[in-house]
Amino acid sequence: MSEETKKTKIGYYPGCAITKCSTSEEYGTSVLGVSRVIGPELVEIDDWNCCGASSGHATNHKLSTALSVRNISLAEKDGYDEVLAPCPMCSQRLIVSQDDVEKDEKLREEVEDAIEMPISNNVKVSNYLEIVKNYSMDEIAEKQKKKPEGLKVASYYGCLLVRPPKILKFDDPEDPKTMDEIVTAIGAEAVDWEFKTSCCGGGFTLSRTDVVVKLTNDILEGAADAGANAIAVACPMCHANLDMKQNNIEKETGRRFNIPIVYISELIGLALGLNPKDLGMDKHFIDTGSVINAFSNIEK
Amino acid sequence: MKIKITTKELTSDFAKEVKERSGIDVKKCYQCGKCTAGCPVAYEMDYMPNQIIRFVQIGARKQALTSRTIWLCASCITCTTRCPKEVKIAELMDVLREMALEEGVANPMEKDITTFHEAFLNSVKKHGRISECGMIMEYKRKRPKAALKSALQDLSDGSHLMLKGKLSLAPHSIKGKDSIKRIFEKLG
Repeated sequence: MSEETKKTKIGYYPGCAITKCSTSEEYGTSVLGVSRVIGPELVEIDDWNCCGASSGHATNHKLSTALSVRNISLAEKDGYDEVLAPCPMCSQRLIVSQDDVEKDEKLREEVEDAIEMPISNNVKVSNYLEIVKNYSMDEIAEKQKKKPEGLKVASYYGCLLVRPPKILKFDDPEDPKTMDEIVTAIGAEAVDWEFKTSCCGGGFTLSRTDVVVKLTNDILEGAADAGANAIAVACPMCHANLDMKQNNIEKETGRRFNIPIVYISELIGLALGLNPKDLGMDKHFIDTGSVINAFSNIEK
Repeated sequence: MKIKITTKELTSDFAKEVKERSGIDVKKCYQCGKCTAGCPVAYEMDYMPNQIIRFVQIGARKQALTSRTIWLCASCITCTTRCPKEVKIAELMDVLREMALEEGVANPMEKDITTFHEAFLNSVKKHGRISECGMIMEYKRKRPKAALKSALQDLSDGSHLMLKGKLSLAPHSIKGKDSIKRIFEKLG
């Protein structure tokens, strides 16, 4: 790969949840749709595999590390310096696994033996907010076609974008600002609220739905109390739990929040004037019409 | 809650064993309780996160490994982030879960959670990626009681996902699925 291509192309690791025909496909659709307009160019890593997610690290550390590191190794083989993993479960697993093999020579040997590939660990794994902040803020300002009116957004980061902070080294773990900056840049209001990094219950969606219903109820209440009329996310699990569980919450508590949960990439896409359908915004549980309709053409 | 543990039950090298496996030094913990204060799932746990650390400190192996707490930890890592002594509490839960499974002592009350992990990893082993439908079907088949309880909601959520084309019956398999199988053979 030439130096020129290396600079502009970023390896794309979608992860299982956001690929086509998966429960959070609109995240992948909108990330790719936005990148086609403002870059950077994303090229899918060939033959990537699941990072093992919570079930991997919760039950078998070595297996989980090997599953994650295989993808880093594939990205190295393809010549990438940087990889985007839009799913924070994936990006966190990849980064923590890189750190684990970096600090433990014996683990590195075992993992290299299992994945049958060497690992030099020269790839930087980035989450989606980092990619937008580092590459696209000027491009968004330049190519913005629509602006929202009266859109009050609660930026919800969840757990895995910011924790563990010592290893991820991204933003403030108690009061992150990156997503709020993006929300403000496109002209929406970023509300100040208390639940930015509270846990939604993550992978307990199926196995302990009751826990997810309680935690998402707290988060939705926090957003509503802060006056938000939409919640922005950058995580497929946060999205699935907050979007899908509003029905469960209504059944259990009688309260219908009806707060649209939108991916930050969908908001950027709307600001760039992309078709909401092409961003996958018709695929949510909670109707996103109020968010879409808040955007109107910027008069030049 | 009062917990009764006899000295006979204590294993003196438990903390050492945990440290050797994970590098986590529980001796640093001075029981301030900050981990428990910030834990979003503490309300469901049988022992508080700081009590689990205490179990490891004093060698109450059985109490730690058979607790429901280690399975209810959602791995949000708030505890590790806030610990003033830099004890990796969330990561400690991972090691304890791993040990509980190896020794076959995982708390049966949280079988829904362990079965979910099993179904998830089986799907990865088979296809290299998650086949959401296959994984959900395996989980529901193995946990019929839980499946029945959520049947109506699942039907409504599932049909929404199907209609929107977000739940595929066909698994997404990778070319190198044999190499994934070999990873599982070596480390699984």
